[in-house]
Amino acid sequence: MTKPLVAIRSVAKNFGEFQALNNVSLDVWSGEVMCLIGASGSGKTTLLRCINQLATIDAGGIWLDGELLGVREHGGKLHRLSEREIGRQRLKTGMVFQRFNLFPHKTALENITEGPTQVQGRKADEVRTEALELLRRVGLAAKADSYPAQLSGGQQQRVAIARALAMKPMLMLFDEPTSALDPELVGEVLAVMKELARSGMTMMVVTHELGFAREVADRVVYMDQGAIVEEGRASDVLGAPREERTKAFLSAVI
Amino acid sequence: MKPASALAQGFPDLSGMRIAREPHWFRWISAALILLVLAAIARAFANGQIEWSYVSRFLTAKVILEGIVNTMVMAVLAMMLGIFLGVVVAIMRLSPNPVLKSVAAGYTWLFRGTPLILQLLLWFNLALVFPTIGIPGLWSARAVDVMTPFLAALLGLGINQGAYTSEVMRAGMLSVDIGQYEAAQAIGMGRLRALRRIVLPQAMRVVIPPLGNEFISMVKATSLASVIQYPELLHNAENIYYANSRVIELLIVAGLWYLLVVSILTPLQMLLERRFARGTLRLAR
Repeated sequence: MTKPLVAIRSVAKNFGEFQALNNVSLDVWSGEVMCLIGASGSGKTTLLRCINQLATIDAGGIWLDGELLGVREHGGKLHRLSEREIGRQRLKTGMVFQRFNLFPHKTALENITEGPTQVQGRKADEVRTEALELLRRVGLAAKADSYPAQLSGGQQQRVAIARALAMKPMLMLFDEPTSALDPELVGEVLAVMKELARSGMTMMVVTHELGFAREVADRVVYMDQGAIVEEGRASDVLGAPREERTKAFLSAVI
Repeated sequence: MKPASALAQGFPDLSGMRIAREPHWFRWISAALILLVLAAIARAFANGQIEWSYVSRFLTAKVILEGIVNTMVMAVLAMMLGIFLGVVVAIMRLSPNPVLKSVAAGYTWLFRGTPLILQLLLWFNLALVFPTIGIPGLWSARAVDVMTPFLAALLGLGINQGAYTSEVMRAGMLSVDIGQYEAAQAIGMGRLRALRRIVLPQAMRVVIPPLGNEFISMVKATSLASVIQYPELLHNAENIYYANSRVIELLIVAGLWYLLVVSILTPLQMLLERRFARGTLRLAR
């Protein structure tokens, strides 16, 4: 039997008194596009950040590609992995942030080549060729030498997607990738994400774009107060929600 | 009622009119007063007990030129040591490790909390505490031979500078958005690599104006090393006036050189700022 690419089991995460994640369990299968929806503070972003270990979980476990993340079991106890090992595990995921977080002192091309050359230690000319190809793929071949400040928000986010893809991740994580964009720029970023989904990339997308979820997602997860309320096929969750809380959320946002 | 498509009447046509120049009487009067004061001061100095021929004669004297070279060598080396220590200490200060944090805080507290001249004297007189210094079994030497005025000045100025620079660096690193650390981590970078490749280059932009300020202070602070016999500009000027008693003339010579050096450094700082402003909007436009 095949195993899920991501297995999340009984994960809990607290920020002081606030319970950001409460007993969350979920599988993500290879090639699947999953959209996470829910109100602010429902824990969907935190879940994403736990998967690429920008946040550490307080209980439970997350397995990526069969490997337990962040800790090692030894002698009946869990021991935190070293920074180097966590860095190695992070390479399996690509992260796209709400606020792009491009490196402002580097050009679009340098933003993309930074990880492969500096972290993966790959050859500069080979990485450069790949980076230019990625820029072409996100429709920004002409902007290779532009600095982030010279790009629009939509262009910056597309460079950020290319930067994440350059690491050749198995899983792409999108944290509200269009929330910081002017309305007329949302479409170009979603188009790149749709193309990526068609290419077979496994994606977890935290989003408020229900149209995108309906069109692209294989599965939709609705979260509220740190827990998964409802999950299922996109058409089911968005079209015919079973839970009252899901219904209330959907009627409030549409 | 508002007519459908006509502008309301009663507002004169101002096109073709210029904004008149104001006479700015007060500026003229105040400028004249200041010039008057300056002229009075210049006259006082011209008639005062200053032999200007000594100033021009000693301005390019060999000993003075050697002094300015030594001043600059010391300022540059001590600043380099200071920046190196400052970066290391700032990184320690921001580390999650409580031991590194306290060591860094203690260093800043100690070297910022005591006068620089006192630190210079302590380094220079280290031989009184440790007659011989060395690594047991490998190497040892008499402290008086090792702790030359040059080394004492370098350690005193550099280590003191490091305490100040670490705070400047820390402010610079804190000014970089947390999202930059996260983006660096997300592409697999460790803390130190993220600092070196992503955070510090961005911090430099913020840090260069205060560091330029610190370097200008450093050029002048080297004059304190005259008390421990380091042959920098002021020390050499003093040596000359001990011999010829032209105290004010030689102090003016030294002062002119300090002014010249600082005047050259200011545009250099602007060039550096431009280099590190890459990618910011100011340059992009």
